[in-house]
Amino acid sequence: MIIYVLCLILFCVGLYCVLRKRNIIKIIVGIIIAEYAVNLFFILVAYRQEGRSPIYSSTEQIVNMVDALPQAVVLTAIVIGLATTALLVALAMRIYEKYGTFDITKIRELKG
Amino acid sequence: MNPASQIIPLFVSIALAGAFLTSILGKRFKRLPDMIGTVTTFLLLWLSLKAVATVARQGTMIYSVGAWKPPIGIAMVMDSLTSFMLVTVNLVAFTIALFSIDYMKRFTSKWKFYTLFLLMLGGMNGVIVTGDIFNMFVFLEIAFVASCALVAFGTEKQELEAAFKYAIMGTVGSLFILLGIVFLYSFTSTLNMADMANILAGKGTPNIVLMVSVLFIMGFGLKAALVPFHAWLPDAHPSAPAPISAMLSGVLIKSLGVYALVRIFYNVLGMTPFILDVLLVLGALSMVVGVFLAIGQWDLKRLLAYHSISQIGYVVLGIGLGTPLGILGGLFHLFNHSVFKSLLFLNSGSVEYATGTRDLQKMGGLAQKMPVTGTTNLVASMSIAGIPPFNGFWSKFIIIIAAVEAGRFWYAFWAVLASLLTLASFMKVMKYAFLGSLKEKWNKVKEVPIFMQTSTIILALICVMGGLLLWPGVREIFLMPATDAVYNGLGYSASVLQNIF
Repeated sequence: MIIYVLCLILFCVGLYCVLRKRNIIKIIVGIIIAEYAVNLFFILVAYRQEGRSPIYSSTEQIVNMVDALPQAVVLTAIVIGLATTALLVALAMRIYEKYGTFDITKIRELKG
Repeated sequence: MNPASQIIPLFVSIALAGAFLTSILGKRFKRLPDMIGTVTTFLLLWLSLKAVATVARQGTMIYSVGAWKPPIGIAMVMDSLTSFMLVTVNLVAFTIALFSIDYMKRFTSKWKFYTLFLLMLGGMNGVIVTGDIFNMFVFLEIAFVASCALVAFGTEKQELEAAFKYAIMGTVGSLFILLGIVFLYSFTSTLNMADMANILAGKGTPNIVLMVSVLFIMGFGLKAALVPFHAWLPDAHPSAPAPISAMLSGVLIKSLGVYALVRIFYNVLGMTPFILDVLLVLGALSMVVGVFLAIGQWDLKRLLAYHSISQIGYVVLGIGLGTPLGILGGLFHLFNHSVFKSLLFLNSGSVEYATGTRDLQKMGGLAQKMPVTGTTNLVASMSIAGIPPFNGFWSKFIIIIAAVEAGRFWYAFWAVLASLLTLASFMKVMKYAFLGSLKEKWNKVKEVPIFMQTSTIILALICVMGGLLLWPGVREIFLMPATDAVYNGLGYSASVLQNIF
C-alpha cells in the first residue's frame, strides 16, 4: 500500500512544480516527474508479488505471473513523453532566444 | 473479416503516408507539398463520404489491426458516430488544405507546415476510428504534439508563449487521461472499449468509475476548452497561422475533446444523471462566459477564439441534455460549428493576408475591395449568430427546443441569451471590418487569390445549405444514425462484439 502512496506523492510533487514554479525549465521538469509517476503507477498496478514473466516453458509450472501488457503500454507512454518533452525543450530554447529569460512572469505578451 | 472494413485503417494511413512523403520529398520539389496536401485530404473526404454510405448499408464494421482478434488486439471501429465525425473533420481539412496553397506562401518552409498538418489530421482520424482506449490516447498525443508545433509555427514572441502555455496545459490534461486509463485497466483488465463497457456493466457502478469520470472530465474538458479549463485556447488559437486556427477551432477541440467525451461517457462508462448534470453546467458556463469575454475583444482572431469556447458550450449542453433531440442538436451543432468557425477563421486569414492587420479598429469598408470575403463572412456571421435559414439557426433551435422539452428552462434561457450576445458581437465584426466607409490606406487592397476564394465559397455554400441535412430522407443517412449511436449507450459494446469475426 505504501508504495502507491509514494507514487501519489511523486505525482503531486510534479503537479506542484508545474503550478508553482516560475522557471520554464523547472516547469518542464515538473511535467516529466508527473509523467513518470503515472508510468510507475501503471507498472505497479500490473505487478504481482513474487511474480515471474509470462513466458511459457515446458519444464516449469507458472503459478504467479506479472501482467505484461502494461509494460508494453508504458513503453509507448514513455516514448510519447519523450516527444512532448522534446517539444517543450525546443519551445523553451526558442523562448529564451526571443525573451532572454526563463521567468514566466516576464514572458507576458498575451493578455485579454 | 468483412471486406468493406478494409477502408477503416486508410483514414490513418493515408494521412500519415502523406506526411511522410511531404517530409522527405517536399524540400526538393516546390509544388509537391501543395499537391500532396490537397490530394490526400480530398481522398480522405471522398473515403469518409463512402464510409457514411457503407455504414448506412452494413451497420457497424470492425477492423482488427494485425489480424489479432479483439479484445486481444487493437480494434478499429466504424459506426455511424465515427463516420459522422470523419466527414466533419475531413471536409474541413480539405477546404483548409485548399486555402493553405496560397496563404502559406508568406511563410518559409511550406513542407514543414504540410507535414505537421497531415500528422495532426492523421492523429484526429485515429482518435475517431479507434476502438481501443490506449490507442486513443496515443493518437490524441500525435494530434496534440503536431498542433503544438503548428501553434508555434511563426516562432515570434507571442506564438512561442502561446504554444508553451498550450503545451503545458495540454500535457497535464493528457496525464489525467492516462491516469484514468490506468484506473480503468486495473479495474477491468482490458483496454478494448467495447469489452471494457461489457465488463463495467457487469460490475455495477463502483466508486472507481466516479473517480475515472472526474479524471476524464478534467482531461478531455481541457482538450475541449470547457470553461474552467479554457485558459489556453484564446492564446493558442489566434497565434497559429489562419488555416491552423481554423483547424484547431473547427475540428481539433471537437475530435479530441467532445468526441472522446461522448464516446467514453455514453458508450463505455455509461451515462449517469450526475455526469449529465456536470456536462450541462459546464456547457452552460462555457456558453455564457465565452460570449461575454468575446464581446469586448478588438483582435479579430481572439474574438473568434472566445466564440469557439461559447459554441462548444452549446454542443456540450445539447449532448448533456441526454435526450435524443438534445443529442441530435448537439451533434448537428458540432458539424455546423466546424463549418462556420473554420470559414470565419479563414476569412480572418484572408483579411490579414490582404491588409496585414487583425485589429478591428484599423479596418473598415473592406467589403468594397474584397467582395467574396465580405459576403462569405456575412454568411458565416449569420450562421454563428443563429439567423434563419442558415445552418447555425437550425442546430441552436433544436438545442433550445430540446432544453425546453426536457424541462430545463433556465438552460434554454441561457442558450437564447448567449445567442443574442453572439449576434451583437458579430454585428460589431461586420460593422468595423467590412461595412462602413473605406479607410484611405486600404485603397490598394486586393481580393485574395483564387484558391483562398474557392475554399471560403465551398464552406459558405455548406453554411447556406446546412439546414437541408435535417430534411426527411437526408437526416436518416447522416444525422439520425449518429444520434442513435450515442443514445444507444452501452449497446455499443454488443454491436461491436457481435461484429468480430
